[in-house]
Amino acid sequence: MAKAAKSKKATPKKAKAKKPVNVTRTIQVDELSRVEGEGALLVRIKDGKIKECKFKIVEPPRFFEAFLRGRSFTEVPDITARICGICPMAYLMGAQQAMEDAFQMEITTEIRDLRRLMYCGEWIESHVLHAAMLHAPDFLGIDDVLQLAATNPEVVESALQLKKLGNDILEVIGGGRAIHPVNTKVGGFYKAPTKKAVRALADRLKWGIDASIELTKLFGTFDFPDYEYEYNYVSLTHPDEYAIVEGDVMSSEGLHIPVREFHKHFREKHVAHSTALQGSLREDGQPYLTGPNARYNNNYKQLTRRCKSLAKEIGLDTVCHNPFKSILVRMIETLYSCEEALRLVKAYEEPDPIFIEAKPRASEGFGMTEAPRGVCFHRYELDDKGLVVNATISSPTAQNQPQIERDLYGVVERSMDLDHDALKWRCEQTIRNYDPCISCSTHFLKLTMIKE
Amino acid sequence: MPTAKKKTVKKSSKAKKSKAVRKVQPKHKVKPTLAVWKFASCDGCQLSLLSCEDELLDVVGGIELAYFLEATSAMIDGPYDVSLVEGSITTEFDAKRILKIREQSKILITIGACATAGGIQGLKNFANVNDYIKAVYARPEYISTLKTSMPIKDYVDVDFELRGCPIDKGQLLEVINATLNGRVPAIPHYSQCVECKKNGTVCVMVAKGTPCLGPVTQAGCGNLCPSTDRGCYGCFGPSELPNGFSLAKQFEKLGMNKKEIRDFFRSYNASAGGFREISEAYDLKK
Repeated sequence: MAKAAKSKKATPKKAKAKKPVNVTRTIQVDELSRVEGEGALLVRIKDGKIKECKFKIVEPPRFFEAFLRGRSFTEVPDITARICGICPMAYLMGAQQAMEDAFQMEITTEIRDLRRLMYCGEWIESHVLHAAMLHAPDFLGIDDVLQLAATNPEVVESALQLKKLGNDILEVIGGGRAIHPVNTKVGGFYKAPTKKAVRALADRLKWGIDASIELTKLFGTFDFPDYEYEYNYVSLTHPDEYAIVEGDVMSSEGLHIPVREFHKHFREKHVAHSTALQGSLREDGQPYLTGPNARYNNNYKQLTRRCKSLAKEIGLDTVCHNPFKSILVRMIETLYSCEEALRLVKAYEEPDPIFIEAKPRASEGFGMTEAPRGVCFHRYELDDKGLVVNATISSPTAQNQPQIERDLYGVVERSMDLDHDALKWRCEQTIRNYDPCISCSTHFLKLTMIKE
Repeated sequence: MPTAKKKTVKKSSKAKKSKAVRKVQPKHKVKPTLAVWKFASCDGCQLSLLSCEDELLDVVGGIELAYFLEATSAMIDGPYDVSLVEGSITTEFDAKRILKIREQSKILITIGACATAGGIQGLKNFANVNDYIKAVYARPEYISTLKTSMPIKDYVDVDFELRGCPIDKGQLLEVINATLNGRVPAIPHYSQCVECKKNGTVCVMVAKGTPCLGPVTQAGCGNLCPSTDRGCYGCFGPSELPNGFSLAKQFEKLGMNKKEIRDFFRSYNASAGGFREISEAYDLKK
């Protein structure tokens, strides 16, 4: 399959002639494609040394934290969902959790399970969108998945149907739409999805398990650039399950803290050059990595047997330090989501009550979920009427941004002998490894003009 | 509320000025070109195109995807037969960029509440943007933004506006299909109430006393909230001839205070005429 597609356009090749030493090379991509939102890339190399390495975010600011002030807690989840159309669940659920934390609400197991099921839908939808439609073309040397549809329609059709399955889960539980679902609220849901509609997903999820295995095996045949990095992996972790909707924060360097202490250990810096409130460790200012590879490495033990054996089959170890292989980890997580969703669907009974009544009080609440791209942190300070006094939201892409730049540096350093187009391609691919959601990260970003 | 100064754009002969939707005249055997553009937004509306999983391959079979950054690295220079524009104008840079896109587009269609009404980020239109910046940013001097978040139509002529936060997939396909075939898209402008009646959904306001923006909100979402036991919260913006003040009076009777009524009208389509006046009238500061 890969060969058929490859013939369309050459994949990055090694340069035929060595570049002269004393020369300035600039790799510049003003409009990054196949990412969500608007980003740009700038790498300057002089005399064989990297002078500048920037992953720029050129999305305009939207000021969510500012206009959330004074809004009622009941409105916050739906408003923050509009930070991102690709992963609205990370905002709906994160904000709801934070409010429930603030008002000391106990959520029932049934409601919790329904949330987890819904979140599985988002993982499937978002992971397949990225892995099959946005990231796979990098490995095939083609512009987009539509070119693949010309040569291998069955692969694209299968990916599209898998993505649709994720969206359908969101629609069934979310009240009819997958982007900005309407059925969720602080305390639970407006209306219980019918048992019939939820159970009807079972057969398609069984198909989804097979389809995700097939796609994963296919992607496992790709050539992966040889690049590894000693990351500090940050994810949620939960004693009983592969963490998605809740848990404690853990890092591979040994940190284990409750969500409410997140900003005691991680900070955000407002820097001039790159426009983002960049995430880093408070202690030493070092970047960290959040997202599929972090979850896989931190919580591998809690994956299903089927996921583990598939990982083994495609050559993934129990830890994965190669960011280019994140496409495989996303697919393993897609399989996990199908299996987990099937389990939850089979056990589903209409929850009664479908929501817990919120009793506002002046307080502070925290929430964090695993968005497809990594941990998404919410903190709200509320007054006695439940109106927002202060809001802080840290999106995964903003947290990853310093690590993305460090990866760029490392990849460029090792790929100096590639010609211009190949190096540019490799750089873009390095950014796409992160499935960066620039719309998300930019809810608090600005546009900066870089003067050179 | 400040309004952005409308700028008129000189269009090339290829894009003659006309409010009516024009038929795309494809060259011989050449598929019409489609470009998708993003301004300040959440990405959800352009994602809706990729979420048409069953129809996507048919759609791209009928057009040439000339520019769609989220989906493809291929970029074909304009002019374009059809441009879909997502997002609102919030920076000087974008205010200039949209002029160029208009020049390059025979037909320009805006998609979603950001593009048609300024979106949720349009809430800054009701505040002092400098207060916003100071409140949120450690280094306010880095921030460069316009005072407003305004719809695309305030800057250039728009051939068709597709509402929604997010847009509805079915409506998007209808708009693309109609445009490529030279007919006016069959998009209703009546209120959500009509959808409730058509679907047999019991009125949440009458039956349960739940405040609902349905009577003044354009239909099109698929009657989602009322059929989920929830009041409509206005994703599709004002319907034709809305009577918001009358509805607001009803909200008062249901026990909502002024601030709650103001905020209810002031969300995803806050700057749209038909909603804006109500929220301003109920603003306690005035």
